[in-house]
Amino acid sequence: MECPKCRGNMRTYERNGVHIEQCDNCRGIFLDHGELEALTRLESQWAQQNYAPPPPAPGGPAWGAPHHGHYGHRRQRSWVGMLFSS
Amino acid sequence: MNGPHASAPPLLDELVRLAPPGARAAGPVTVLKETRVLVVRVGDVVVKAHPPETDEAGLRARLAAVRRLPEIMLTPLALHRLDGDPPHGGRLVTIWPAGVPLTPDDLDGTGPGPHDGGGTPWEKGGRLLARLHAHAPPAGLPPAGGPARVARAVAGLAEVDAPARVLAPIREAYAALPRGPGRSPRLTHGDWHLGQLVVHRGRWLLIDPDDLGVGDPAWDLARPAAWFAAGLLEPATWERLLSAYLAAGGTAVSVRDPWRELDAPARALTIQLAATAVATAARAGEPLDDVAAAMLSSCERIAAAGR
Repeated sequence: MECPKCRGNMRTYERNGVHIEQCDNCRGIFLDHGELEALTRLESQWAQQNYAPPPPAPGGPAWGAPHHGHYGHRRQRSWVGMLFSS
Repeated sequence: MNGPHASAPPLLDELVRLAPPGARAAGPVTVLKETRVLVVRVGDVVVKAHPPETDEAGLRARLAAVRRLPEIMLTPLALHRLDGDPPHGGRLVTIWPAGVPLTPDDLDGTGPGPHDGGGTPWEKGGRLLARLHAHAPPAGLPPAGGPARVARAVAGLAEVDAPARVLAPIREAYAALPRGPGRSPRLTHGDWHLGQLVVHRGRWLLIDPDDLGVGDPAWDLARPAAWFAAGLLEPATWERLLSAYLAAGGTAVSVRDPWRELDAPARALTIQLAATAVATAARAGEPLDDVAAAMLSSCERIAAAGR
């Protein structure tokens, strides 16, 4: 196969079941139909294995109360006062 | 009425006298706050007597910083020092345009208070703090007043008649607080709560520069963080504040783990709120209410976590 860009010779490689044509002259790469998608799929599989998502941010301190928002909806007078004063 | 031999007029009268004549004509005199400070509304201005021990150079530096932030903080009209002898002579007094304060009815968006654009007061407050923290502190600005407030509240327990089971957890939690300067000093408000939000000429602004200064900006989020950790503030409300702060570019806490920066200041504010609530109840001769009990429970858990 001839490189569509520089007319150099294209050589075929196989990487993880994906065929890749690379030009010996300009190093350009040609992908067949579906091969880009195959590479993307492989990359995301690799990323999932190697970069596990970070653990969710802890939602509060270690010393936090077990039941958040217990008083919040009650509109207790002293609670509302505390929201508005030093 | 004060005759020629009467003692000094009450502080209130001194403050009203300092208000511009036009302000006095514009409306009645209302006492807004009477604690370490006296804050009086006179018509369309607010006159504030700062605490007697206020350092004039520090207050001037804070007011100068505020004047550079007209989009974030209410701009003062004037600063005076009361003439004459103590108790009132020498008191520093500032004069401000009267804004419309936030009220509890504004919290759920049903109140008659002013609204400019979207978002609850929590979101507006979060955005204002983010913008404040984006500014480098001007040279000569004193330290932010947050840590001193905590120390004052704990020191005040010495005069409180309360059982050891109430006082000990507060003192133990306080003793375990990290000392030394916080990280990345920024411009911080120093005493943020919902009472520090007003609307002036259609714009939401922060008020009260008494504790404005150089400090760890996470302290400005630490009071609501302490409420949340005590189980008082609903998680959704806390998230609303924090998300608005982060979305506006706030840098005091990390997106991934905000409690890394919040933990120590939230402990400090928990201690301050518990100490203040215990002292208030003791002075009134009343038992601790649910809110005070929640803050005290937080102190007990902080103390236990440190053992």
